[in-house]
Amino acid sequence: MSDVITKRTTRRSSGAFGDSVFEWLCRGAGLLVLGLLGAIIVTLFIGALPAFRHFGFDFLFSTKWNPVEGREEFGAAIAIIGTLLSSIFAIILAVPLAFGIAFFLTELAPQWLRRPVGTAVELLAAVPSIIFGMWGLFIVVPFIQNHIQLAWGEELSAIPLIGWAFTSTNYAGTSIFAASLVIAIMILPFIAATMRDVFEQVPAVFKESAYGMGATRWEVVSQVVIPYTRISVAGGVMLGLGRALGETMAVTFVIGNANRLPGSLFDATTTIASVVAMEFPESLSGSLQQSALLALGFILFIISFIVLAASRYLLRSRLKG
Amino acid sequence: MNASTAKTLGMPQKNIVAARALGRRRRLVDQTVRILCIIATLIGLFFLGSIMVTLLWRGVATLDWITLSREFQPTTYGDPDAPRGGLLHAILGTLVQSGLGILIGTPIGILVGTYLSEYAKGSKLGEVVRFVSDVLLSAPSVLVGLFVYQILVRPVGGFSGIAGAAALSIIVIPVVVRTTEDMLQLIPNTLREAVVGLGAPKWKMVTLVCYRAALSGIVTGVLLAFARIAGETAPLLLTSFGNNVVSWNMFGAMASLPISIYQQANSGFPDLIQIAWTGALLVTLGVLTINVVARILVARRK
Repeated sequence: MSDVITKRTTRRSSGAFGDSVFEWLCRGAGLLVLGLLGAIIVTLFIGALPAFRHFGFDFLFSTKWNPVEGREEFGAAIAIIGTLLSSIFAIILAVPLAFGIAFFLTELAPQWLRRPVGTAVELLAAVPSIIFGMWGLFIVVPFIQNHIQLAWGEELSAIPLIGWAFTSTNYAGTSIFAASLVIAIMILPFIAATMRDVFEQVPAVFKESAYGMGATRWEVVSQVVIPYTRISVAGGVMLGLGRALGETMAVTFVIGNANRLPGSLFDATTTIASVVAMEFPESLSGSLQQSALLALGFILFIISFIVLAASRYLLRSRLKG
Repeated sequence: MNASTAKTLGMPQKNIVAARALGRRRRLVDQTVRILCIIATLIGLFFLGSIMVTLLWRGVATLDWITLSREFQPTTYGDPDAPRGGLLHAILGTLVQSGLGILIGTPIGILVGTYLSEYAKGSKLGEVVRFVSDVLLSAPSVLVGLFVYQILVRPVGGFSGIAGAAALSIIVIPVVVRTTEDMLQLIPNTLREAVVGLGAPKWKMVTLVCYRAALSGIVTGVLLAFARIAGETAPLLLTSFGNNVVSWNMFGAMASLPISIYQQANSGFPDLIQIAWTGALLVTLGVLTINVVARILVARRK
């Protein structure tokens, strides 16, 4: 009798022991992920310290970037501006297309077409960055060069008020416009997928009552679906922006990598991620250049963290649902 | 009397005209938007098609046994007798580093996903972990490369395959976390209650029942993570750097397909660019095939 009781208690205690071990294993893994993010921030900041000390706040505003030994001078301004501009142009190009795709997939497409088209768009998201880079360099860049700049450059420059945006002496085709176009295609599936998912969450009753009153599909989308989902849509756009800011390889291929302020859409410039990818592997370990590149990485981390946090905040209702 | 009849008769007539005009305009706007949306979708599909056609058109020419079985060779300068190089070193390097990255990242990711789904209901820590994991999911991968460079490359003084695998494992974790949590959430609570009701401890419920029920979903997550890291370039550029020969030494620089593509595409030599296209075709076919398989697994589940 007592034998049975002890057996039972030991078994139960071993279960409790296993439970607490497993729970702590899981929680420990969670803490590890937290620690990982913290470690990334701290490591980048420590690596960036020599550059921050050397240049102070001027690092953020200086447009100089000179890695020549003995005359090193580094500033983040152009890389930051290039990153923001190329990402914002990409968003401007991608959002209307993404909306069109989401509208098509949720309201227009016949049922049998939704899955294949949706899958195709999602597969576009799976194509690696480097492939977009190669495709951009060998297909998009020559296209911009021959069929936009050389063919229409003068006409575009002659447009009053905005002609300057197309006036460039850079005829290489590698430009901020090429970069924005390629980034736009890369973030398109992410924004479209988020929009489609939130559009699908609009209660059917709302849409049916609008249809019942004789509204057209466009009226239903513009006056029922979009007002109902606008916060999540903004979250999806921010998610796209967050991804655009950090795009590395594709941008490195097509932006021209020149530390110059772009005066027009067809000028070459650079972004934080592409400077890091271009120069870091060749920089000397422990050099001021390397520290400046780590400082750029730290700045990029802060910017994308803010954008991604905002995106997640805006999408929180969707995440809960 | 007359005037008022005219009025009552006239009013609706006017309205019909106005209503017809309004109706025409509404239909016109609706049709225009519909056509624009179809065009937008076609543009999106066109890009995917253009990428695939370009890769096939340019890459198929050297997709042969020589490319798959040889290491890198310098440019032949158009000499037909010079030995042509291949991508064997890069293919093996990618498999080794991605495989190791999956081996390190998957258990951690599954544990975190389990924590979020089974233990962290409504807890503050759980919220924070979920948030951080989501940020890591979309964080620029080049920064992961910088981080690993600082902790695993710089102190040692050299690029290594281990550092590359570590960087890739950091990218794997959030992907696996997301799918594991989602898949565990799909398991009905009645199943959990049944297991606990039989007297099984919670850890056995999770490992023996929930994992089994969610297996195909978790496998999907791992496949997607593999597809994601197989094409990663920027983090490897800063950690394993690349190599021109087959190397099994995890503590030395190691080749990978994306980096070989990057270096040969920018070399300026037509024969090397040709091999880069073949590499790009291989990576894309591999990645897209894995994605399609993962999708089929999920679809079968549903």
